Order: sequence, then C-alpha cells, then structure tokens
Amino acid sequence: MKNAGNFTAVLRKELAVYFATPIFYVTGFFFLMLGGYFFYSNILYYNLVSFQAAQNPMMAEQLNSQLMIFRPLFGVLTIVFLLLLPLITMRLLAEEKRSGTAELLFTYPLTDWSIISGKFLAALLVYAVFLSFTLGYALIFLIVGRLDWASLATSYLGMLLFGGACLALGLFTSSLTENQIIAGVTGFALLLLFWTIGWQQELGSMGWKGIFGALSMSEHYENFSKGVIDTRDLVYFLSFIFFFLFLTKRQLESRRWRA
Amino acid sequence: MDLMIEVQDLSKYYGPTLAISRLNFEVAAGEIVGFLGPNGAGKTTTLKILAGYLSPSSGTARINGLDCLTQSLEARHSLGYLPETVPLYTDLSVRQFLGFAARAKGVEAKAENAEVHRVMAACGLGEVQRTRIGVLSKGFRQRVGLAQALVNNPPLLILDEPTIGLDPSQIVEIRQLIKELAGAHTVILSSHILPEVSQLCQRVIIINRGQIVASDTPENLSRQMGHGSRVRLMVRGPENEVAAALQQVPQVKEVTGAGEGKFQVVAANDLDLRPQLARLVVERGWDLLELKAQEFTLEEVFLDLVTTEDVTKEEETTEEKA
Repeated sequence: MKNAGNFTAVLRKELAVYFATPIFYVTGFFFLMLGGYFFYSNILYYNLVSFQAAQNPMMAEQLNSQLMIFRPLFGVLTIVFLLLLPLITMRLLAEEKRSGTAELLFTYPLTDWSIISGKFLAALLVYAVFLSFTLGYALIFLIVGRLDWASLATSYLGMLLFGGACLALGLFTSSLTENQIIAGVTGFALLLLFWTIGWQQELGSMGWKGIFGALSMSEHYENFSKGVIDTRDLVYFLSFIFFFLFLTKRQLESRRWRA
Repeated sequence: MDLMIEVQDLSKYYGPTLAISRLNFEVAAGEIVGFLGPNGAGKTTTLKILAGYLSPSSGTARINGLDCLTQSLEARHSLGYLPETVPLYTDLSVRQFLGFAARAKGVEAKAENAEVHRVMAACGLGEVQRTRIGVLSKGFRQRVGLAQALVNNPPLLILDEPTIGLDPSQIVEIRQLIKELAGAHTVILSSHILPEVSQLCQRVIIINRGQIVASDTPENLSRQMGHGSRVRLMVRGPENEVAAALQQVPQVKEVTGAGEGKFQVVAANDLDLRPQLARLVVERGWDLLELKAQEFTLEEVFLDLVTTEDVTKEEETTEEKA
C-alpha cells in the first residue's frame, strides 16, 4: 500500500531524529530518576503498613500491592508526564517550520494524515519506551510477592491513553507556531487545564458541574487506575486524541493559504 | 510537444502585497528554463506555487497536466524541489535523510537502498554518507539538497538558486551536474547570476515586480536588444585623431574611447562596421591591434528590460499623482 509506506517513512525519520538528539535521553533520564524515587518511597510506605498489618488480621486483608504501590506511583507519574510530554512533542512541527524543512516535507508526495500519524506514532512510541521502563518495577513482584496483574494492565492502558491524549494536544500546539518554547508552554498550560478542570465541580452551578467533570482528564483516568475499564473513559480519550489530530490537520491545511 | 509546466494568469498576494501578477508561461518537456529577476521579483513565490508549497491567490498552475492545487498529491509525485535556503534535517546522516526522502516519495522498501546509492553517486556524496548533515560544508549540503530532489527520478526539477553561496569550483560542479540532467528531466531554475543562466538554459524568462518582461533564448534576447551592432577596436595612434576619424565613418552612431587606444563604436543600425573601420585605420597608417564585434550580454539585456520597466512604472505613478 503506497500510503502506508509514506506514513512509515515519516515515523522512521522522526524516531531517527528522537534517538539522535539529546531531548530523548535527557527527558528519559529524569523520568527514570523520578520514577525510581517515587517507586522506592511507595515501597517503603507499603513495607511500613505491612508490618503494622502483621499485628492486625483485618488490616492484612486490605493489603493490595497494586492499589498501594502502583496506583499512587502512576498518579504521580501522570503529573511528571504532564510536564515532560510537551517537551517530546514541541519539536515535531514547530521545528520543521523554523528550519524550513517544512518546505521539503510538504512538497514530498505525502498526505497530511501520513505526516500527522507518522509524527504522532513516533512520539507515542517514545512515550511507550519511557513507560515500559516502569515494567521493571512490576517484574520485581514476580519474584517477591503477589500482584493483581489484570488490574495493573488496566493501569497501563489508562497511562497509554492518557499519554496519547497529551501527545495529540502537544502535536497540535506544535503546529501553531514555529517557536518550540511557545509550543511547549502552550501545550503544558492546556494539559494542566484539562487535568484540573474537574476540580471546579464544587464551585460551578448545577449545569456546569457535569461539563467540567466530563472534560476532565484526571476523572477519566481515575477509573483505569482502579482497574476499571469504562467505555465512557475509552471514548473520552480516543475522541480527545482524534479531535486534536484533526485540529492539527486543519492547521496544516490552512498553512498553504496563509503563508 | 508535451508541456511539463503550464501557468495561466497566476497571481499571489501576501496579505495586501502583490507578489506575482497574472503570470502566463509554459515549459515543454525536456527544456531547461532559467527564471531570472532581481531579488523580490517573485521568482521564489512562483516556484513555491509550482512545488505545491503555496496556493495561488488566483489563476492555475499545472505540472505534467496535473493541477498544483486540486491534484497536489499527484503533481508532487512528478517533481523534485530544491528550496532556496536548502533546508535539511541536520540531525540525520546523509544516508538516513536520503532514505527518508526515497520512502516519502514512494520508493519501495526493496528499491530504497539502490535509489539512495544512485543519487549519492550522481551528486558525489559517497564519502559523506554516514556524516551528520549538520556538520557538512555548504557545498556538500547543496549537493545533498540536489540529491533529495533527484530521488525517485522525477520528470521535473524545480531548483531555486541552485548555486548560491558556493565557491567557484563548486559552482562549476553543480552546473555540470545540472547540464547532465538535461534531456531526461525538465529543469526550471531561478538565478540572478546571468552568465549561469546563459550557459545552462535554453530559454530565459525574465521576471520583474511580479510580471514577465521577456521570455526567449539567451541569444535572441541579446540580438533583440542590439539596436545597432557594436565593434570594439584597439588602435595604436594619436587618440583624438583616431576618435574623430572613427566618428566620420558613415552609419557610426557613437564612439567612446576607453583609453590606451581602445574604442567602442556603435552602429546606427544592424550594419557590420568592421570592414570600413579596418580600412580607415590602415589607410591612415595607424596600427590596428584588435577588432572585434561585440554582442550584448545578458546583463545588459536584463538591466535594460528591468530598468526601462521601472522607469515606465515610475512615470505612470507620477502621472497618477498629478
């Protein structure tokens, strides 16, 4: 299929650029450092609770390594990713415009969708690489302890959808400007807004409550972290991703006219 | 003859600024056409529209019979484009970048390697194939730019200022490369280096202030421009007397002395003055050291066309003001 070849060309090029530039290694390094630190402190806390539980059979039944270690861990990592993912996407389209390579990219026989999907998937793969490092923490439980693997897998699905949403929004902000910093800052600000908008529910009047809640990224992520797959959450994240990729496509189309 | 490029009534506004105004021209398959004009004349804008990077404000441009706007994807399959600034992915190696260009242009995975090696050989890039583009010299970057345009062997090459910023030996190399492409490819190249255009191109389109002011072969343009023929001669003798004597020859319009016995004589019409001038000098007993008919260079044609155009424009505007 001709188009598939073109889309993989963009994907391959973006991955090559990611692995050739320091941004991947620097963000990866700090992600691993923070992830390791949070995992370790959660383990220490779990350890403490376990000792207390040894004296209390009622409490021992409540012990759940997925809920007491991985759920808070992913909770913190979502915040880390809110900060890091705009750094991953800010380059994607802004840099093409700034360096003039857009003139090559857009005069090659590539459709806008193959450019967008190639870039989006490259960023998603980089994110998946980061995320896959946390599997190492889970593997420890294969050796020492028990873990609710199905619930953990649901958490990973949630993280993947959450990351995809962040990357789609970041790709869109990158299409708006030729300045990477502006793309990054705008992306981060919008993500933070989508993440925290649910907190306004108590303040809003009746009609607004539902809207804020429905828009909130954190509320829709919450179910996944508990090990629950709700189709409403799936639809939310998938339509979020599609909506911002669609806006990116519109933005690319308008380029030819405004120039 | 098949037409590779058809441009009809093409206009482009940047905001309120008119960049090109109702351009009309055609390029036949296999032709090498030079696009000539001062900076800001609209050369790059026209080429960007042809390459499918910009949309025209009005009018149509067709490549290989395909509309650059409505059939953009198909049209882009048949062209290779070298932008003026030679933008390249500086983080990739030459090999990686050309591989990307090949796949993006629809080269099959199996044929990719062979295609990349073909264009690297054509542009002399073998020795730097693993080098990161960011550290290459200007000359090599230009070659990489040309190589990516050549990938997948497109029938049309659009080259915006292909030799700008290169040193003289590199310029010669790139020109040689472009010459070798003739025949198999249609080439449209822009330049403001006139000798380059007269050497490389079979036809020249001169554009000024967004409008085409002339379109012909370099030779024809020089000839049309010659309102009379010119002769350059060098005579050993008393300069004032020589100048006066030359002026006396029938049909001579103008004599200018350049010192050291050099003179330039312009005839009133197309007449060849050389026999009369030679006879005169010999009859007077002076020594004739040099005698040469001089053609008008493309520079002169260009300046003539561009400046007359500007003068008439200014006159028009003053009239409007009055």
